[in-house]
Amino acid sequence: MEWEVIFKWLPKFYQGAVLTLELVGIAVVLGLILAVPLGIARASKLWYVRALPYGYIFFFRGTPLLVQLFLVYYGLAQFDAVRESFMWPYLRNPFWCATATMTLHTTAYIAEILRGAIQAIPPGEIEAARALGMSRAKAMIYIILPRAARIGLPAYSNEVILMLKASSLASTVTLLELTGMTRTIIARNYLTVDMFFTAGVFYLVISFLLVQAFKQLERWMRVDACQGR
Amino acid sequence: MNIDLYGFGPALAVGALMTVKLALCALCLGLVLGLLGALAKTSPYKPLQWLGGAYSTLVRGVPELLWVLLMYYGTVNLMSALGEAFGNPELALNPFAAGVIALGLCFGAYATEVFRGAILAIPKGHREAGVALGMSRVRIFTRLIMPQMWRIALPGLGNLFMILMKDTALVSVISLEEIMRQAQNAVLFSKLPFTFYLVAAFMYLGLTVLAMTGMHFLEKRADRGFVRTT
Repeated sequence: MEWEVIFKWLPKFYQGAVLTLELVGIAVVLGLILAVPLGIARASKLWYVRALPYGYIFFFRGTPLLVQLFLVYYGLAQFDAVRESFMWPYLRNPFWCATATMTLHTTAYIAEILRGAIQAIPPGEIEAARALGMSRAKAMIYIILPRAARIGLPAYSNEVILMLKASSLASTVTLLELTGMTRTIIARNYLTVDMFFTAGVFYLVISFLLVQAFKQLERWMRVDACQGR
Repeated sequence: MNIDLYGFGPALAVGALMTVKLALCALCLGLVLGLLGALAKTSPYKPLQWLGGAYSTLVRGVPELLWVLLMYYGTVNLMSALGEAFGNPELALNPFAAGVIALGLCFGAYATEVFRGAILAIPKGHREAGVALGMSRVRIFTRLIMPQMWRIALPGLGNLFMILMKDTALVSVISLEEIMRQAQNAVLFSKLPFTFYLVAAFMYLGLTVLAMTGMHFLEKRADRGFVRTT
């Protein structure tokens, strides 16, 4: 192991890690916001409400993120209408393409998590809310969603870790996040194994920290106290 | 849309075949690694437990893409050193082998957890019954634990296989000619990126649906005798 060389390049790795965190952070937060209506619609009893979210989730979960990323970054330029629109400065930029794709991708997964959580709520609790005279919207906001948030939180933390790893794909659309930066560094010093090793350690540390943070969040939201047994 | 995809249809079909081959080979390697990992993690020996835990934690904490790149670019020195020892200095992993090893490694790490859960779900009494009957430990595993374990592990393994199928797209970055790479080639010549990546997306979607149907039948078969047909 060439430790001096690794230390010399650490600032660059750090830069890459920051970009990785930006990508993941934007994707999982925006994804969560978008997933709430989608997940509620997906859990609906009416087939015409369920159909559209089902199709969306099926497409985004059934195809590789790499394909979706290429479809947005390289694919959209095929249409003149896109290239002449006001969105083009954003869609030409690999950072916005990567965040947009990752957001759309993770939204599908989080919506599915949310659906599972909503359907896992004991029906008696929802019936109790309705029996107390809460409207459907009120029951949704005060009872169903807070309860679903606690049931779905462990799965959501898994999804965040998966997105952290998926963010390495952004290197294929020329972004210099952790993996992209590592490949650039390797092109300079040819220490393939050492540099990939360092990148791997960075990913491990980030995922370890994320897991710890979610443990704290679970304690703070008192997830285990809500299991109701 | 042009029905033969501007002449790239056959190339994409060949790519699909390559994707399936890659996924199945990685599945075989991953199942073996997963079984070994689960055995190590549930064994009474501390060093083995530690080894299994380290394997599943390390591999699951690092992106699949990094494993693919590491297996392809990172093994060049090692392989040529190995080749030198056997008098073949040009020895190197081809993209297919590197892809199978990297994806199998990742699949194995997740499968370790699935198998471990399945082993732990089997009632302790079954193992004790085997011991009481004087069966050897290997025999208890192959005759009592394994046949029951599959049924419990099957849904989890199915999910992992679906993920593996999509991860095969990553191997395109080390220039293996699977669906994604063929689509990239087609884009290079036709300048129609959206069309071809969308076709690639639907091909993956088709493969996923196929795998889902296959899993459904396997689960149905594994569940016979457990589900009451009313």
